[in-house]
Amino acid sequence: MSTVASTVEIPAGVTLPIYMDNHATSPLDPRVLEAMMPFFTQKFGNAASRNHSFGWEAEQGVEQAREQVAKLIGATAKEIIFTSGATESNNLAIKGIAEMYRERGNHIITQATEHKAVLDTCKRLEKAGYRVTYLPVKADGLIDMEDLKRAIDDKTILVTIMFANNEIGVIQPVAEIGKLCHERGVLFHTDAVQAVGKVPVDVNAMNIDALSLTAHKIYGPKGVGALYVRRRNPRVQISEQINGGGHERGMRSGTLNVPGIVGLGKACELARLEMDEEAKRLAGMRDRLKAKLESKLDYIHVNGTMEHHLPGNLNMSFVYVEGESLLMGINDIAVSSGSACTSATLEPSYVLKALGLGDDVAHSSIRFGLGRFNNDAEVDYVADKVIDVVQKLRELSPLYEMVKEGIDITKIEWQAH
Amino acid sequence: MAYSDKVIDHYNNPRNVGQLDKSSSEVGTGLVGAPECGDVMRLQIKVNPETQVIEEAKFKTFGCGSAIASSSLATEWVKGKTVSEAMEIKNTDIVKELALPPVKIHCSVLAEDAIRAAIGDWKKKNGVAEGAAAPQAVAAQ
Repeated sequence: MSTVASTVEIPAGVTLPIYMDNHATSPLDPRVLEAMMPFFTQKFGNAASRNHSFGWEAEQGVEQAREQVAKLIGATAKEIIFTSGATESNNLAIKGIAEMYRERGNHIITQATEHKAVLDTCKRLEKAGYRVTYLPVKADGLIDMEDLKRAIDDKTILVTIMFANNEIGVIQPVAEIGKLCHERGVLFHTDAVQAVGKVPVDVNAMNIDALSLTAHKIYGPKGVGALYVRRRNPRVQISEQINGGGHERGMRSGTLNVPGIVGLGKACELARLEMDEEAKRLAGMRDRLKAKLESKLDYIHVNGTMEHHLPGNLNMSFVYVEGESLLMGINDIAVSSGSACTSATLEPSYVLKALGLGDDVAHSSIRFGLGRFNNDAEVDYVADKVIDVVQKLRELSPLYEMVKEGIDITKIEWQAH
Repeated sequence: MAYSDKVIDHYNNPRNVGQLDKSSSEVGTGLVGAPECGDVMRLQIKVNPETQVIEEAKFKTFGCGSAIASSSLATEWVKGKTVSEAMEIKNTDIVKELALPPVKIHCSVLAEDAIRAAIGDWKKKNGVAEGAAAPQAVAAQ
């Protein structure tokens, strides 16, 4: 009898389930938790309370965190605004700049594989009378700089292009984009959620005017993020999106999430000190996983260029195997799929489709997200398990059988339903 | 998404995986779905020419766990039934048996289509008057 149930042995040092979905979120580093703890209990003050010691110590925690965040990206503390996370940071940057610079122009440039927090914000602005250009990406996942050059016109006020992609891990030519934008007098915002703490980011060297980041992707807590807004050369102004008590120099009202902010600061400090070594370790594990899978399976390929790539990311298509059924077979491993069946919309990943992948291949894709707390033994187990389940599901796949028999399945007139 | 125990059982131990000789006049083949939609089912039946009883059924499916389970169940159900009895199998029966959530109902529809397509193919081969066969994929010229 045919069976899909996997029989791969669990090696020593591996505890199931394995978390390998660090682009979605990451576990809190115990050192971050330790830094946060006092700010829940003893140091519970409101950072905006100016007339007693409870307020002062909360404010001190916040200001230290502001320094820590700034230092990781080469900014100054005054350029950091704390938010509830990167979705808010993206909204604040894009809407805030669009509104503030409305008289100068109404054109915004972004690209196809941005996170929904950017794409949907841009769509909202289109309804409000702004013009948005969505640049395509090449098959490797990167934008074409020539496309960007051509897209900038005298009404362009903002270019918003992500630093690194959350699905396929490719790193856009951010320094080139920043240089071009500054030459053309256009502001440059980048959603750097996946890049900060993973690869070097320098807002000055890269001519970045605004940058979104979040704590929970770098082993910090959920619900806290930051927006960097340049203060010199040029001084960037944004109009506030949340009105109230005038916190964060008026750009983001609301009582500060002090423990969260302290956690974000600590997470940034750890990332700054450990990034080089961690990146090497993650890339090593990623390459080991890739090599193992490639040595045992045919019809698999990597999505996105490996040349400009986040160290912990591997996005692979296992052609002729549907992604959700693969996830079901490896249910002791937490990863993500580009399959429509795993999404609420029943549409396969728009990021993979933007690379020119057919829906059938997009349905077959798995994103592995390696992080600080993964190890080689886990990588070996994950590789063995994926190989085992893919092989079993291909025994079940009519497409794999046809391809193996030499039938060109693209020549079949399928009845889409 | 949480799967029912029956879906998990069919996924882990799919019944009747394989293929029958497509060229045999006793065999009907149904190939439904599309790779772009994320599911393709091939269901085959072998019919006794005397009794019209489906004596064997095989399937292969590219698709999610629910699609695999639906087609696996379909092969179990058609076996031992006559062709006209098998035509009575409804997707709603499959939904009920596997406790499929609304988002997976299309998997059961596809399994019903696969049964009908296989029977339609067998009828065509054997000159039996065509019933309501589901449309199925055809190899282009």
